[in-house]
Amino acid sequence: MRIASFGIFILLVFGCGLTALAQDDPIDMVESEIVLPAPASKVIALNHKYDIGEILDVSWESSTSDPELVFGYIIYRSEGDNKFDSVGAVLSKINSFSDEELIPGKSYNYQIGTIGASGVALSEPSEPAIPDWELFNLEMWNIALIGFIICGAVIAYIFSAKAGRKLFIRKIGGLEALEEAVGRATEMGRPILFIPGIQDMDDVQTLAAITILGKVARVVADYDSKIMMPVSRSLVMTSARETIKEAYLSAGRPDAYSDDMAYYVTDEQFGYVAAVNGLMVREKPATCLYLGAFFAESLILSETGNSIGAIQIAGTARPGQLPFFVAACDYTLIGEELFAASAYLSGDPKQLGSLKGQDLGKVVAMVAIVLGTLAATLASAWDIEIMQKFLDNVMLGIFSNH
Amino acid sequence: MRKSTMIVTLVVVLLFIASWIFKTMTAPEVDSTFDALTQGFLVTFAAFLTLAIMSFLYQDNPFYKFAEHLYVGVSAAYAMTLGFWSTLVGNLFPRVSETLCGWFQVEFSGQHDWQFLIPPILGILLLMRLSPKGGWISRWALAFIVGTTAGLNLPRFLRSDFIEQISGTFLPLLVDWEGFGHFFSNLSLSASGQFVAILSNFVIVSGVICGLIYFFFSKEHKGAFGSASRYGIWILMITFGASFGYTVMGRISLLVGRLTFLMDDWLGIISG
Repeated sequence: MRIASFGIFILLVFGCGLTALAQDDPIDMVESEIVLPAPASKVIALNHKYDIGEILDVSWESSTSDPELVFGYIIYRSEGDNKFDSVGAVLSKINSFSDEELIPGKSYNYQIGTIGASGVALSEPSEPAIPDWELFNLEMWNIALIGFIICGAVIAYIFSAKAGRKLFIRKIGGLEALEEAVGRATEMGRPILFIPGIQDMDDVQTLAAITILGKVARVVADYDSKIMMPVSRSLVMTSARETIKEAYLSAGRPDAYSDDMAYYVTDEQFGYVAAVNGLMVREKPATCLYLGAFFAESLILSETGNSIGAIQIAGTARPGQLPFFVAACDYTLIGEELFAASAYLSGDPKQLGSLKGQDLGKVVAMVAIVLGTLAATLASAWDIEIMQKFLDNVMLGIFSNH
Repeated sequence: MRKSTMIVTLVVVLLFIASWIFKTMTAPEVDSTFDALTQGFLVTFAAFLTLAIMSFLYQDNPFYKFAEHLYVGVSAAYAMTLGFWSTLVGNLFPRVSETLCGWFQVEFSGQHDWQFLIPPILGILLLMRLSPKGGWISRWALAFIVGTTAGLNLPRFLRSDFIEQISGTFLPLLVDWEGFGHFFSNLSLSASGQFVAILSNFVIVSGVICGLIYFFFSKEHKGAFGSASRYGIWILMITFGASFGYTVMGRISLLVGRLTFLMDDWLGIISG
C-alpha cells in the first residue's frame, strides 16, 4: 500500500509539474482545469497463469485523450463490496498491472483511474476475477520432456545393471590413487584427513563426498588406519558418523569405530579453516582428501596440506575453486568426476545407472549444440529462412526458458 | 613451557599493554575514560588477533592456537545463538505460539500457521540421534532433507545448467559472412573485428563439445575421442589459469584491507 501511495504521489507531482509548464499557453490552461481526461476502458482482470493463486493480471485500453495530458493510471481494487482502494500506479504508456499477494479463491474487482492535469477519471469496474493456482506449469513442458528423457534413461540403465549387464565406466585418475594414498598413510602410521566441504547435506556435492567417504572408510577399516573428519555442519557430522560406522561394520571391525572420527567444529567458514589448519600441522596427516563444496578456503587448506607433505586428492564442482585444487593437489576430480567417483567406487547398480543416464544427457546436449550451431551458421551466413525457423521454433523452443 | 617461548610471550604481553595504553591515550572522540579504555583494548586486541593468525605463515605457535580456539569457540557459539534467535524466535514462534512470543517479546503474526510445526518436528527427529535406541529415527529427517533437495534442484539445474548453457552455445560460426573474398580482404586482429568474432564463437562451441566429451564416462578416451577429450581438458585448464589469476587479485585486496587496518587503525602511520 505504501508503494502504491508513493507511486500515486510521484505521478501527481509529475502531473503538476507538466501542468505548470503548460501554463504558458492560456488555452491549454483553461482546458486542463475544466476537462477530465477520457477514462480507461475495457478493464479486464484475469487469473495469472502458473502461480500459486496469489496474482491477478489487470489490463485496460488506454485513455483516448491526448497522451501528453494523461500522466498515468491508478489501479483500484475492490473485494466485492464496491469499496475501491488504490493498489498501484503505472505510467501512461503502460496498460497492464499484476496485483500480487492476493488471497487464493477470493473475488476481486478492479477500476482504473486515469490521471489528468485536472483530476482522475474513473473507468467502469471490471468483472470479478478469482486468483487460482495450477497443478502443472505447462510453460515448462521442455523441462519435463528433457527430465523424462534423462530420468527415463537413468531408470532403464539401473534396471539393466540390476539385471546383470556390465556397465562400462572409464578409469578416473584421482580415484585410482585413492587406495594407494590410504595405504601410504597406513605405512607411515599417520592419519587420513577427510574434509567434506563446508556446505550442508542439502548440497549435492556434500552427498557425493559422503558416498566416497563410505569407500574410503572401508579401506581405512581394512588397513586399520586412522581417519579424522572435522566438519562444519552438524547434519554432515551425523551422516558421516553413520557412513563410517557402516563401513567399519561391513569390514567386520565395529569395535574399532569411534564417534570421535567425525566431529563438529564450527559453522563459520574461516573459524573452521583455522581449526583444520591447526589440526594439519599438529597431526601431520599423510593423506588429505578434500571432496565437496569449497569456497575461499580451498587454497588455504591445500597449501597447508602441501606444506606438510601430504598426498592430496581434491574434488569439487565449484568452478571458482578448481584452479586452486589443480595447482596445489596431486589429483583433482573436476566437476562431474566427483559425482562419477561415487558410482565408480561403489559399483552400485543405481549409481552406475545414474551415471550412464547422465552420459545420455551429455549426448543430447552435444547433438543439440551441433544442430543449433549449424542452423545458426547457415541462417546467419546465407540467410536460409528455413534454418532460422528451425533454430527459433524447434531448437530454441526446446532449449530455452519460457 | 620452553624459556624462549616464555620470553616471546612476555614481550608480546608487554607490547599489548603498551599498545593498549597508547591507543587509550590517543582515542579520538570519546565521552569517558571507560570508553577510551574499551576502544583502545578493542583495536589492540583486533591487531593482536590479526598478527596471531598471520603468524601461522611462520609456523604453528601458542598465539595462533589461542586465536584459533577463540575463533572456533566464539563462532560456534555465535552460530548457535543466531540460529536460536533468528530461526526459532524470529521465524517459528511468531507463527505458532502467542505465549512464546510473549516470553521472548516478539510480535505475534496474528494467526497460527500449523504447517510451521513440521520443521521443528523434523529437528526433534534429528535430535533422536542422541538416544541410544531411537537413533535410527533421525534417518527419516535426513532422508526428507536429501530427497527434498534432490527434487527441488532437478528442475532448477535443468533450467540453469542444462537448457540455458545449450541455448547459449547456439552461435553462428561464420559471423557477418559475405564470402571468403570479403573475409580475407578485411582480415584484421581487432577485438571487434570479424576474425576475432569467428574465432571466439569457434572456441566456445568446440570448447563446450570437447569439454562434454572429457566428462563422458561411458567410453574409453582413445583415438579421436581421446584427442577431443584432451582438447577439452586444455580448454578447462586455460580457463582455470585465468580464473586463478583473477581470484588471487581479489585475495590481495583482502590482504590490503587487513594491512590497512594494522597501519591505519592500529599504528596510525598511514591515513585512511
